[in-house]
Amino acid sequence: MSYRTILILLSVLCAVLFAASLLIGPSGISPLHGLSALISGDGAAGLVMRELRLPRAILGIGVGAALGLSGAAMQGFLRNPLAEPGLIGTSAGAALGAVIAIQTGLYALFALALPLAALAGAGVAVALILILAGREGRALVLILAGIAVSALAAAATALVLNLAPSPYAAAEIVFWMMGSLADRSMTHVALALPFLIVGALILLRAGAGLDALSLGEDAAASMGISLKRLRLQIVFGTALMVGAATAVAGAIGFVGLVVPHLLRKSVGARPSRLLPASALGGAAMLTLADIATRVIAPERDLKLGVLTALVGAPFFLSMIRKMGREG
Amino acid sequence: MLELENLTVLRGECPVVDRVSAQVGPGEVIGLIGPNGAGKTSLLRGAMGLLAHRGDSSLSALDPMARARAAAWLPQAREIAWGLSVADLVALGRLPHGRDQATRGAAAVEEALRRMGLDNYRDRAATQLSGGEQARVLIARALAQESPLILADEPIAGLDPAAQIATMQVFTAHAQAGGAVVTSLHDLGLAARHCTRLWVMDRGRLVADGAPGEVLTEALLAQVFHIRAHFKNTPEGPVFQPLSTLGV
Repeated sequence: MSYRTILILLSVLCAVLFAASLLIGPSGISPLHGLSALISGDGAAGLVMRELRLPRAILGIGVGAALGLSGAAMQGFLRNPLAEPGLIGTSAGAALGAVIAIQTGLYALFALALPLAALAGAGVAVALILILAGREGRALVLILAGIAVSALAAAATALVLNLAPSPYAAAEIVFWMMGSLADRSMTHVALALPFLIVGALILLRAGAGLDALSLGEDAAASMGISLKRLRLQIVFGTALMVGAATAVAGAIGFVGLVVPHLLRKSVGARPSRLLPASALGGAAMLTLADIATRVIAPERDLKLGVLTALVGAPFFLSMIRKMGREG
Repeated sequence: MLELENLTVLRGECPVVDRVSAQVGPGEVIGLIGPNGAGKTSLLRGAMGLLAHRGDSSLSALDPMARARAAAWLPQAREIAWGLSVADLVALGRLPHGRDQATRGAAAVEEALRRMGLDNYRDRAATQLSGGEQARVLIARALAQESPLILADEPIAGLDPAAQIATMQVFTAHAQAGGAVVTSLHDLGLAARHCTRLWVMDRGRLVADGAPGEVLTEALLAQVFHIRAHFKNTPEGPVFQPLSTLGV
């Protein structure tokens, strides 16, 4: 199958799942009625479609694309199929920011307080990484700095939980950290979208550099690739996308790890081709998972991050097993 | 095509390349020889501008893209991260030329595949090939770059005899077409037969620079390599055979 065909198929899949995400839900609106209500905005159905399902469907696509694209970029940059977008500490930083917003009650003051705090947390994490890893450091230094910052943010998050004023606040924090797209508004979309778009544009431009990096840092540098610039592209692009995604959806694991791996072979393993394919694949997978949370347990508010981890972790294990066998 | 002027590469305080001055002109295949740790790799990387250095290299003054069009670099570590097809991998050599060269690019890739005997490999995943085959694919990438100068770090290490000779012949053809090659290697026999000139490095210094017959003297072999060797000019070219080590 040609690369173009794969992109077209993935796009169609995304469109179908986007429509399904709009039309499937507990309020039992018929598809036709739903569509007309979405367009007209009339009545209760119009409210559900425009205020609940539309933002949820858009965020499913946007957050999924962010995870898939930044996962592919991170794997390409580190030349390691086990790398994932959270590796450089941005998702842990974003989670810490959000948790602090919940703990301090800031999030109750205005709708965007929580995502803004999460974005700030991601920003602080990136700043720390760049200070720790210096401007010249190699990829390995970047990973180690990312692990250190993630550990620090996780410890601080645990501390906040530890000191939570009430069991309700603690439960609120834990549920938020599980990741979900339920009850998000168009305000969340408006907040996240600019970051997602800018981050995507930065990452999609890194394709040639990542291709060259397949042959190692020295060979890439000799082919005219500025490793310093490439590194900043990857760090900032990933931070913008993952920071914004975590800010509106919480921590959602495994999509950024699994999607690039699933698609790598079909695009001929070229990192530059994997970037757009993985963005579409991530969007499709997360939207599908989000639909699944609504279909499997409509009454129980099954968290999206729980589902992706439940499906993703066994897949990850089988991947590791296969790598072990191939040696 | 390459001019080095007092090129010095420091590791910490210690110079691993010490004030090397040398020139490379079109048509030359230069063999860079010397014992392990003599500074061959650092000299090549310093010349490419990939290592911080003092003194001058005509390459490191260029901006990265112009440098890539002037010189291709073949690192010793044969890294291939993903299962790219051989054709896609060789095509990476076209990166420094941008998109406007797409048509010329395809021809250059075909030519490089043919020269390295990889016609039947183009759709194979490079990671599935043997070490020697991967080495040939990576050399083809450097050829596809169509840079007049090729700097190669032990490109023939680990290749079978036929592939070693074939690679040296590819370098010779590249030089005869107006390019030049500087390659480090440990096989002094191949160096003597296929290189137009030898650079001998010892402890960071360039201790000899000349035609193989002038350079590979008994005294130099004893002093730099601590070996005794048999060296003979035959109708088929020079034959070189290391015989025994000398006490260090």
